[in-house]
Amino acid sequence: MNEKILMKGNEALGEAAIIAGCRFYFGYPITPQNEVPAYMSRRLPQEGGTFLQAESELAAINMVYGASAAGARVMTSSSSPGISLKQEGLSYIAGAELPCVVVNIMRGGPGLGNIAGSQGDYFQSTRGGGNGDYRQLVLTPATVQEMADLTVLAFDLADEYRIAVLILGDGYLGQISEALVLPKPTGKVFEKPWALTGAKGRKPNKVASLRLVPETSLEELNLVLDEKYKKISAKECRSESYLTEDADYLLVAYGTSSRICREAVNELREEGIKAGLFRLITAWPFPAEALRIASAKAKKILTVEMSLGQMIEDVKLSVKDPERVDFYGRSGGMLPETDEIKRRIKAYGN
Amino acid sequence: MHEEIIVAGFGGQGVIMAGKLLCVAAMNENKYVSHIPSYGAEMRGGTANCSVVISDKEISSPTVPKPSIAIVMNAPSLAKFEPRVKPGGLLIYNSSLIDQKPKRTDITTVGIKANDISEAEGSLRAANMAAIGKLQALKPEIASLDSVIKALDVVISARNRKHNDTNIKVLKKANS
Amino acid sequence: METKTKDFKYVYDKPEALVDKVTHYCPGCGHGIVHKLLAEVIDELGVREKAIIVAPVGCSVLIYDYMNFDGCEASHGRAPAVATGLKRVNPDSIVVAYQGDGDLLAIGTGEAIHAANRGENITTIFINNAIYGMTGGQMAPTTMEKQITATTPYGRDPMDVGFPIRGCELLNTLERPVFIERCSIYDFKNTLKTKKAIKKGIKNQIEGRGYSFIEVLSTCPTNWGMKPQEAANWVKDTMVPYYPLGNFRDN
Repeated sequence: MNEKILMKGNEALGEAAIIAGCRFYFGYPITPQNEVPAYMSRRLPQEGGTFLQAESELAAINMVYGASAAGARVMTSSSSPGISLKQEGLSYIAGAELPCVVVNIMRGGPGLGNIAGSQGDYFQSTRGGGNGDYRQLVLTPATVQEMADLTVLAFDLADEYRIAVLILGDGYLGQISEALVLPKPTGKVFEKPWALTGAKGRKPNKVASLRLVPETSLEELNLVLDEKYKKISAKECRSESYLTEDADYLLVAYGTSSRICREAVNELREEGIKAGLFRLITAWPFPAEALRIASAKAKKILTVEMSLGQMIEDVKLSVKDPERVDFYGRSGGMLPETDEIKRRIKAYGN
Repeated sequence: MHEEIIVAGFGGQGVIMAGKLLCVAAMNENKYVSHIPSYGAEMRGGTANCSVVISDKEISSPTVPKPSIAIVMNAPSLAKFEPRVKPGGLLIYNSSLIDQKPKRTDITTVGIKANDISEAEGSLRAANMAAIGKLQALKPEIASLDSVIKALDVVISARNRKHNDTNIKVLKKANS
Repeated sequence: METKTKDFKYVYDKPEALVDKVTHYCPGCGHGIVHKLLAEVIDELGVREKAIIVAPVGCSVLIYDYMNFDGCEASHGRAPAVATGLKRVNPDSIVVAYQGDGDLLAIGTGEAIHAANRGENITTIFINNAIYGMTGGQMAPTTMEKQITATTPYGRDPMDVGFPIRGCELLNTLERPVFIERCSIYDFKNTLKTKKAIKKGIKNQIEGRGYSFIEVLSTCPTNWGMKPQEAANWVKDTMVPYYPLGNFRDN
C-alpha cells in the first residue's frame, strides 16, 4: 500500500502542482482557496521555485501569462469573484495559445456572495468568460485524491494543447481533508520552441493574439484554435459512470454534488430502486457521448447542481429525448440533500 | 462501521484539530475518512465546527447534515446540534461549560467535564482531548486509543508537540 | 563596422535589433525615434539575443513587429505584470516594458506601481504624449490642463477630472527603483540624453541592479492637430514646464 496522508484539497492540489513540475505560482488571496497560496509560498522556495503574491487578480493572471510565455509550468488559483477578474487574461492566454493551470475553488455568487462552496461558475468556465471565440479545458475533481491527480494531468494537457486548463473545484473540495496517496510525476516532456527565451540562433519569437487584418489573419487564428478545440473534444472527454447500465433513473452531477448523488444512488439501490450516477470529470469538453450511452435506458435524468441550473443545458443538448431531463439544485452556498434527491427519484416511479 | 460526526465549540477549543485527530487515527487503521471544517469569517471568534465521516466503506457524501455522533464543547453548539443528531445517535457534551442538560431522549447523551479533566492534568487547552478520549471509550471501533495517541504526532504542529504528554494524560484520563 | 571600399566606410547603419520595415507611425510621431534608440542600445550592449520587448496597448501595440528580438503582447496596462512573469522565469532575459500614458498611468497604474515597488529587474520605457493616440485623441491621465481632446472638448478641467499625473515623481516615492529619469525627444540634444537614459536603464538590468524607469515626453502631431515641428515645440513650451526633465534617482 502506498503511504496515505491526510491532506486538505487546497493543499493537495498545491503539492500535486509541484510534483507536476510547476515552479511558478502567482495569486491573490481570497477565501475559500487561501490554503493554496499559503502552501505554495511555503513549498515553492524549498523547490527553488517562485511564489509571488500579486497586487491583484489582474496582475496575477498576467504574471502567469508572462511566465508561460517564457516557457515555464505555471499556476494561479482563486475563487469565483477573483476568477471573474482573470477573464481578460484568460482570453489573451487563449489567443496567444499559452499553457497554464488555473484553479477556481468556487464560492457563492453573484457579486461578493458568500464564502461557502458553490457551482455557480459552470457557464463562465465552459463558455469562456472572456471576450472572443475560445475554449478552455475544464477538469472537475470530486475528491482530494482527484484534486491532486487531475492537477498533474492538467499540466500535461496544458502543455500538449497550449491551452489554459481550469480546475473547477468548490469551497467544500478546497476545505475537505481526506486520505491522499501523492501522485507520481508523469515524466512527459514538452518542447516549447515558441517560448520567449531570447532570439539566439533563431528568428525572434512573438507571443501575441493581435491580428489586425480581418480578411487574412484573425479568422485564420480562430480556425486554428477551432481545429485544436475539435481535437480536444474528440480525445479528452472524461467521465465516470456509476451503476448506470441498468439504471431506470440517472443522476448527472460533478464535484461535491456528485458525491451527494452517489450516496443517494447507494441508498436507493438498497431500497431496490435502480438509480445510477453519471459524473463529469471534464466539463469542457462535455462528455456527451458517454452520457448518451449512460442515459440510454433511463426513464428520468435528474441533473443535480450547486447552482440554479447551468450544466443542465449541456445535459439536455447531449441526451436523446431531453424531455426526460429534470433539475434539482441548491445555490448560494447550500448543498443538495440526499433525502430530497431520493424523494424526487421515488416520485418519478408513481 | 460508518459514523458521521460533528465536533463543535468555540474557536480556540481545538474542535477542528480534534476532528483531524480522529481522521488520522482511523485512516491509519485503513478506514475511509473525510473532514470538512467550518471556515472563513465563521472562524473569527464565533463557533467553529467540523464534519467528519469515518467508514469501512468508501465515503460518498462528506457532508454531515444529520450526525450519528455530536461532540459539543459549549452551550451554543449544544443548541445548534442536539436537534440534528440521528435518532439512536450519541451526543457527548462538555459539562464543564454547559449547565443545561440535553433534552433528547431518543439518543444517548453523555456529559464529560472536559475542562476540569484538562485542568487537573495541568493544562487549560486539552479539553478537546478529554472529549476524544471519552468518544474512544464509547466507540472504540472508530479507532484504537493507541492509534489516537500515535496520530497526535501527525496532527499537532511541531511547535506544540511539547504538550503531547499532557494531551495523552487527558486522553487516557477521560478514556478510563 | 566593416570597411566597404578603400575610400568609404560605414559610419552609420540601421541597428541589427531593428527590423527593416516601414512603420505605421504618423509623421512626426515620437514612437519611431524611441524604438530606434532602444534598438541602438540593445545592439551597443550586445543583448539582442536575450532581449524581450513587452508591448503595450496603444499606438505602439505592434512594437514587437519592429524589433528584431523576442516580443510579447500584454493586455492594456498589464505589461509590468507580464514582464514580471517573463523575468522571474528567465532572470537572464533583458525585459523591456514599453508603455504609453494610458497604459501606465490609467488602466495599469496598479501594475506599474507594484512592479516598481517590488524592484523587478526590468526596464520600463514610458511614452508620455499627453493623449490617447490609437483610439483617436482622447484625454490621457497626462493630458495638460485646458488641453482640448476628443473627450475634453472644452479643455481638461482639473476640478472635474484632476490634474495631469507626474509618473516619475509618483514612482520616486518608492524605495526600490534604482533609476528614474524624465527625458524628451523634442530636439536632437534631448534625444541623445534619452538614449543615454535608456542605456543606463538596460545596463542596470544587465547588472541585476533592479527597476529602471525612463519617461519620454513625446509627440502626437496627428491628435494634437499640429505639424511635426509645432508638436516638438509644444512639448518644450507646454509639457516640459509641468513635467520637468532630469534625473530623479540614480542609485
